[in-house]
Amino acid sequence: MSDTIEATERVEPAPAGRPSRSILRRVGEEFLRRREASVLVVAVGLGVYFASAHPAFLTEPNLVNISQATAPAAIIAAGMVLVLVSGEIDLSVGVVAALAPFNMHYLIDYYGMPAIPAILLVLLISAAIGLLNGAVTVFLKVPSFVTTLGTLYLITGVVLTTSHAYPVAIPPETEGTIRTWLGAATWSTLIWCLLIVGFFHVLLTRTPWGLHTIAVGGNLLGATEAGIRAGRIKIGNFMMVSTLGGFAGLLEAFRINTIDPNIGGGTQIMFLAVSAAVIGGTALAGGSGTVLGAFLGALVLAELQNGMNLIGISANPYFLILGIAILVSMIANVYLSRLRRAGRV
Amino acid sequence: MATDGSGEALKVEHVAKRFGGVTALADVNLRLARGEVLGLIGDNGAGKSTLIKILCGFHQPDAGKIFVAGEEVVLRSVDHARSLGIDTVYQDLALVNELSVYHNMFLNRELVRWPLLSNRRMRRLARQHLEDMGVNIPSVDDEVAKLSGGQRQAIAVARSVYSDARILLLDEPLAAMGAKEGALILDLVHDLKARGDMSVIIIAHNYGQILEVCDRINLLQHGAITFDKATSETSVKELTDLVVAEYRAARTQKLRAGPQADARPTPRR
Repeated sequence: MSDTIEATERVEPAPAGRPSRSILRRVGEEFLRRREASVLVVAVGLGVYFASAHPAFLTEPNLVNISQATAPAAIIAAGMVLVLVSGEIDLSVGVVAALAPFNMHYLIDYYGMPAIPAILLVLLISAAIGLLNGAVTVFLKVPSFVTTLGTLYLITGVVLTTSHAYPVAIPPETEGTIRTWLGAATWSTLIWCLLIVGFFHVLLTRTPWGLHTIAVGGNLLGATEAGIRAGRIKIGNFMMVSTLGGFAGLLEAFRINTIDPNIGGGTQIMFLAVSAAVIGGTALAGGSGTVLGAFLGALVLAELQNGMNLIGISANPYFLILGIAILVSMIANVYLSRLRRAGRV
Repeated sequence: MATDGSGEALKVEHVAKRFGGVTALADVNLRLARGEVLGLIGDNGAGKSTLIKILCGFHQPDAGKIFVAGEEVVLRSVDHARSLGIDTVYQDLALVNELSVYHNMFLNRELVRWPLLSNRRMRRLARQHLEDMGVNIPSVDDEVAKLSGGQRQAIAVARSVYSDARILLLDEPLAAMGAKEGALILDLVHDLKARGDMSVIIIAHNYGQILEVCDRINLLQHGAITFDKATSETSVKELTDLVVAEYRAARTQKLRAGPQADARPTPRR
């Protein structure tokens, strides 16, 4: 179909015979066309499998476990998708998550700041790290992989040096309401996660910012010729993912009730977020990706880890399966988008 | 042919441009009447691309004057030229494969009901506008990656026309295009001409095809317009003879001058 010029050839007569079947088929095709479809099938399939394999899987405490494993990765992944779609990557976001609760601790306990301004300032500092990542990448033309590799180690050094690699207690000023709202309450992290995923999904799919993000990642020269300020878009996305990293770090610290230099496992949470984005159908090359897909990707990863643990498989093969999942979903992604281009799906 | 200020969309007087030691444009005089389609032909390295990049504001000339609608202007940037109604369809088209046709049509000029995109309105207007221009595409919802070269070109042209351009510069629109797709573009230019308010410059390497849509043909040779005739007063044969004569002359000169004449640098396109 790709070289037809006349539209008339493409218009198919409305199927009059069996409308119920054609509606089903159309729903099916629409479903397949959505990038999130395949990963949703995997997420539901895994849920059904583990639920039947172990009775504890669907109990409330376990669902809380899964939600708490999903949330921080999905929150970071929401911003990561935007960065990836604009054609860049941020490796430093995981250690920004580790730095954020320490910054809060320093501001409150050493500088005597009230809790809420301190938390806001922590988020601002996180955004500033994103600004640094973006500015070095855009203005000094250092590839973002290298820029953020540098800031990854730099911030790790800051965290370890200033904390002497020891965990500290949550500042008492944040006990109570703040802690409850920001991660300690049972479903708190999931609620934040859903709000953030919803917001970034709309940002990417329904706003000029999202459109320009796709344009910059899809055709940098063309987007620039159309007058889009590509640098501004990229820097903004770096700032958003970094802020989300800081926020996820705070949530984690409040949830586990400790400020630990290993929050997010150093680079682990960043790799989880990238994996979630990739499994959810985001291309690393830029130009396409979905926030909902990344959320589902994070859910799949959490389900896998939790379910395998429940049915008594040790944690080690988890990485084996994670690796296979990334490869399979990436191959499927490349293949499916080729089919989509050809107009067959 | 109207040559007074009111009927003139664009006038170029004694424009020159050098890049280092290379003279890309020596002395270009060109005029474009309102509603006229001008074919700008010339061999590789004749200066076509330099001239177009000056007209779209990308390069600034070293000397000479440019008039838009009778008023002298200094084109400071691409955006500035665009604000004066000069829009360029680049050879690379500046389309984003991953976006739908209607999003490409409104790229960086999106219709917004803050904070969201007015997708329904953009879709409707894009469809209507493409229909008005006689561009047939399967669906404005399709990603442009799905479309053929001719359809993509048509969308890029439609986008420029829709942005209230008064002067359209088409940079080699027929390059790398099949006969059927080329016909689509030529039809599009015909329709623009019929509207009467749009002036077009088509840059072409191969002039055979564009002759039929152009009102006038200018031949650019060694950085100057050496030939300017209404299409009705010239023919493919005359143009062919001119270019062949140029080629022969250059060859003879080269043979006489010896091998060192090869060293004459040609400006890069």
